[in-house]
Amino acid sequence: METINNLMMTINNLFLIITAFIRSFFADPHSLWANLTMYVINFIIVVVIIVLAALILILLERKVAGWTSQRSGPNRLGPRGWFQTIADAIKLLGKEDLTPAGADKFMFKVAPMIIFSLPMLSLAVIPFGKGLAPINLDLGIIYYLAITSISTVAFLMAGWGSNNKYALIGGMREVAQMISYEIPLLFSVLGVVMITQSFNLGVIVEAQSSIPFIVLQPLGFVIFIIAGMAEVNRAPFDLVEADQEVVAGPFVEYTGLRWGLFFLGEYGNMTAMSALAATVFLGGWQGPGFLPGWIWFWMKAGIIIFFMMWVRWTFPRIRIDHLMHFAWKVLLPLSIANIFLTGLGIYIYRLVMGG
Amino acid sequence: MDIEKTQELPLNLGPQHPSMHGLFRMVVHLEGEKITKIEPKMGYLHRGMEKLAESRTYSQFIPYTDRLDYLASPHNNWGYVQTVEKLMGVEIPERAEYLRVIFGELARIASHQVCIASTALDLAGWTAWSYAFRDRERICDMYEMTAGSRLTVNIMRIGGICAEPPAEFWPALKSFLDDTPEMLEEYYGMFFGNEIAQGRLKSVGILSKELAENLSITGPVLRASGVNYDVRKAAPYSIYDRFDFNVPVRTGCDSYDRTIIRMDEIVESVKIIKQAVRDIPEGPIMAKVPKVIKPPVGEVYHSVENPKGELGFYIVSDGTTKPARVRIRPATFINLQMLPIVALGWKIQDIVAIFATLDAVLGEVDK
Repeated sequence: METINNLMMTINNLFLIITAFIRSFFADPHSLWANLTMYVINFIIVVVIIVLAALILILLERKVAGWTSQRSGPNRLGPRGWFQTIADAIKLLGKEDLTPAGADKFMFKVAPMIIFSLPMLSLAVIPFGKGLAPINLDLGIIYYLAITSISTVAFLMAGWGSNNKYALIGGMREVAQMISYEIPLLFSVLGVVMITQSFNLGVIVEAQSSIPFIVLQPLGFVIFIIAGMAEVNRAPFDLVEADQEVVAGPFVEYTGLRWGLFFLGEYGNMTAMSALAATVFLGGWQGPGFLPGWIWFWMKAGIIIFFMMWVRWTFPRIRIDHLMHFAWKVLLPLSIANIFLTGLGIYIYRLVMGG
Repeated sequence: MDIEKTQELPLNLGPQHPSMHGLFRMVVHLEGEKITKIEPKMGYLHRGMEKLAESRTYSQFIPYTDRLDYLASPHNNWGYVQTVEKLMGVEIPERAEYLRVIFGELARIASHQVCIASTALDLAGWTAWSYAFRDRERICDMYEMTAGSRLTVNIMRIGGICAEPPAEFWPALKSFLDDTPEMLEEYYGMFFGNEIAQGRLKSVGILSKELAENLSITGPVLRASGVNYDVRKAAPYSIYDRFDFNVPVRTGCDSYDRTIIRMDEIVESVKIIKQAVRDIPEGPIMAKVPKVIKPPVGEVYHSVENPKGELGFYIVSDGTTKPARVRIRPATFINLQMLPIVALGWKIQDIVAIFATLDAVLGEVDK
């Protein structure tokens, strides 16, 4: 029993042990140079997470699509088709890099880079396990939401820079959609912030040791998932890239790896959004002790990712005016009501507990 | 005072556009997302069908009719061969008539399934699309058993039908007919019952009864606007007067009714096929027609109820082996007239939905 417990502790703190090992190379394990080294390593890990997530998720998406629509999905390359994404990535590398005539070259080329870098920035504050936040930021949630709203600018840059009408319409849709859905997204998290009295994601996870916030904030969770799907442009809110209407929106003129960066960015954003949902509402790395915390974390994020894919392949696309009505007339009042109810609940709780 | 206004944006939808069902092109003028003007441009798939007919014998033109509305090719064959038979005064055997009805109604089901599927797809309902296409495969299999091909089946002949269905055809047909209620339930659950889909289709693109009649629109699009007109009832051709079936009529006049009326029509088609299978007599499947078809001098017009509407053929014969003139009345070409009128003032997303509910097949529009 003792050995099993020790083993579990080791696996649970695996990454912390590795960190301590790397830091032990320095004379002072908490010197500036040691910190800097750790930042670089953390950064590389986040990039690896994004790329790995994209590789796995793209294939998973196609498998889920196959599963919902009674097909088998990719199944030729490698065991059960698992190498398909790699082959696709290699194919993308070989494509000609086109810049359309009349494009704003700088904006056209910078936009995919910004979109690709955003999920890395936002994943940096997520605690993947106990003490495993790459950067432990006190304003974690605010920082996260601020970073995700930058993608609006990047999409508009891509749409404007492509010199294409479809791309422009897609870019304009993106702006309208993001501005509308950011507000309910932020408001839905505020309930949790009010309970924990902190914007720090680490503290929020610690507070969920006994009960995840999905139980205390079911309304907030539903609003968060819906607004989050709209925020990362997943169907049924994928009006930005709607291939039946604006062909592929801002991506229409991109080829090769630039287009691939958009794709990586999309799946990175999806990972980041589900990671945040898992952290704030599902208890992050907290879970029964028979599995290490970081596995719990990714399992919870995975469930939300699967849910997003499932929704994407079953629901038709929402109409743009319904989208706006839904944000301003349904989600926003509901999220404000959620804040009010949470405040009331906290007040009553304090009254009863005499705090 | 000058009113500040968004600049109007002309946008070229098609011919290479994912939801333009082939090669349809329209120039839409946009004010933001709102459509202020639509100019449909046709002819990207024009192959000169009517002219081609003039240099081919009567029988040689049958495969060409497959390429009109290629989603319901037996119907095009049927309309054409019946016109020629009318010109020649040929009586065709009973069994052939019944087989024609069976294949015609199967084609109607297949065509409506494609319509439901492509409407779902144009609204990004990917899964509903694949379900309807999966079920349509079974009809294609039945075509293949009998005629050898799956899409452009070329199944009718002047004087009858190309082949007797093989033994395995009948059980396949029976199991398909038995499964249809389940299929329709699935389409409804996957797509029509969905809140988002209903929001995108209901009260979108209102085609009033008067406008529909004035534009001489036919088929399900007309019947969804509350007009009870079906060639099968109005001027019964073949043996349609022997079957007991209803013509579904809806009064919603919107995109939703234009799509869901096709579900009602599938139910009626199943009813017709069941009666045909019950009553089909034994006998020959080809009438005694001469090897070289040489209709007498004259002209004739005949129309049938294609899944998309009234499909008419007008043939002028000068007594030789080749028609002097063939004129086709394509259903969807005429139905498409409503698009620039009805879709005005709606958004880009709605024009895609409205176009999908018209179920236009460009092979028929451009001929």
